[in-house]
Amino acid sequence: MASKVIHAYYNDDDILMQAVKKVKATKHHIEEVYCPFPVHGLDKAMGLAPTRIAITSFMYGCLGLIVSIVMMNYIMIDDWPQDIGGKPSFSYIENMPAFVPIMFELTVFFAAHLMVITFYLRSRLWPFKESENPDPRTTDDHFVMEIEVHGDEKTLMAMLKESGAVEINKVEK
Amino acid sequence: MYTFSNRLKIGALILMGIGILGMGIGFVSAPTTVEDAKAMVAAHDEGHGEAHAEEVDHGVAEADHAMVAEHDAAHDEHLLHQLQNRPWSALYVAAFFFFMIALGVLAFYAIQRAAQAGWSPLLFRVMEGITAYLVPGGIIIIVIFVLSIMHFNHMFVWMDAEVVAEDALLQGKAGYLNPTFFLIRAAIFLGGWILYREVSRKLSLAQDASDDDSNFKKNFRWSAGFLVFYLVTESIMSWDWIMSVDPHWFSTLFGWYVFASMMVSGITVIALITIYLKSKGYLPDVNDSHIHDLAKFMFGFSIFWTYLWFSQFMLIWYANIPEEVTYFVTRIEDFNLPFFGMVAMNFIFPVLLLMNSDYKRINWFVVMTGIVILAGHYLDVFNMIMPATVGDQWAIGIPEIGAVCFFAGLFIFWVFRALTKAPLQPKRNPFIEESRHFHY
Repeated sequence: MASKVIHAYYNDDDILMQAVKKVKATKHHIEEVYCPFPVHGLDKAMGLAPTRIAITSFMYGCLGLIVSIVMMNYIMIDDWPQDIGGKPSFSYIENMPAFVPIMFELTVFFAAHLMVITFYLRSRLWPFKESENPDPRTTDDHFVMEIEVHGDEKTLMAMLKESGAVEINKVEK
Repeated sequence: MYTFSNRLKIGALILMGIGILGMGIGFVSAPTTVEDAKAMVAAHDEGHGEAHAEEVDHGVAEADHAMVAEHDAAHDEHLLHQLQNRPWSALYVAAFFFFMIALGVLAFYAIQRAAQAGWSPLLFRVMEGITAYLVPGGIIIIVIFVLSIMHFNHMFVWMDAEVVAEDALLQGKAGYLNPTFFLIRAAIFLGGWILYREVSRKLSLAQDASDDDSNFKKNFRWSAGFLVFYLVTESIMSWDWIMSVDPHWFSTLFGWYVFASMMVSGITVIALITIYLKSKGYLPDVNDSHIHDLAKFMFGFSIFWTYLWFSQFMLIWYANIPEEVTYFVTRIEDFNLPFFGMVAMNFIFPVLLLMNSDYKRINWFVVMTGIVILAGHYLDVFNMIMPATVGDQWAIGIPEIGAVCFFAGLFIFWVFRALTKAPLQPKRNPFIEESRHFHY
């Protein structure tokens, strides 16, 4: 599929933010913005749907809590009950204070690791993955805004130039 | 400029009136003799009293008469002291709780100053208003201490020379735990805190009138110095004012535990007063992001409090050393509902309600959670004082509610009066623009 896109380069995040708002206001579709670092508020300016990673994090945390309870109930109560400090392990609930740190840690462990893995999968990142950024400079000090071209190309180019772009390229994709 | 609305002023005065009435009833109805005390307890729960009497009779039949009688008399006198302590403890718990709010806000304010935070300058006048309560609150606490030392009550048993004479552990601690040194320490703490509060307030107002940032920089240095002083004195204060009601027992993280409680209560009150002022049309530049940040602190410090509560509990529970574990045995057996109820109110409730990012921006959500957090931390102070002073004779009745009403009224009256004294928005704080545009 051959479609024409414009790459507009910026070298400042504030100017980029202003430009994104301007392009959105003229009803052009921004495909993607490549940044060397996360720009605060860029997702809202681009009109992206809010992230759902917080919800997955909550679910993973609950999963970790359940795993820790089931695991310790099996290890410490069912399989091999021991008498630690005069507190025989015959009941999970009576020995619960001793298990709380593990319940907490596994909740955090599951939430953190599974959330990161989810984020990588969702962003299509894995080892030996070919990079998708159009220009190596977006990993250094440049921002690239990728816009689909529909209709009047000249006014779009003029507007981008005016918005502070340091370089504008037309690319066949 | 803020004007103290008549409705709020009358409300505060009515609260104080109800409070004085309630506390008065508490003091008048406290028993004066051993017979009164026994009669009160017997009347309170007839069935239980009879069973207890039978048990005692049974003991008399088997053991040495004189010894049991003596033991019984000692028990009755202890009961009398517990019942006499109740209105005093109710007064002290409420007095300390509201004082603790002001002190927590002072520490939070000093952190904002020392960190040169950009988001919070719009809220500085609210915080300064709350810390104005340190003066009346501190004076009342000192008066309670002086009255305790003069044996108007038996909340601090180590202040009683007769008790110390028979107690080897208290004799060993007498070099530190004695009335004179106790009062000197309390005076140093209060003097230092109030001094910082007044100096910082003066510099804060002077900054508005000046044409350079020198007052702001001075305030930064005072705040950083104060934080060092505060962290040491707050810890000692918590041993002196709270832990010493159980003079045999000690916990090494007690200072932190009290600190967490005072921070979360203080931040909650900042949020509540800010939301109130905003609803009346003041503080026009305070936006949802400021409330969001305060709610984040409420959420975070609630978890921090729980962490310390549990750390203290678990180590003592696991080690199971009799002299340590007795503290929690009393609380779990005699104070089961307030002891575990406060964990629900101070941990589960704020965690579930304030976890979602969007809920932290909904004002009525923050207000609702804030009220539960404040009630929960009142219970926390209650659980720290009452088991030692009142024991199983505790209740939340007229004296307790009266004391809370009185101090709530005084707190509202004093804080909102202080808020009228200066414009609610600082003009020349170097970070005021950042705070105005603060956006999460």
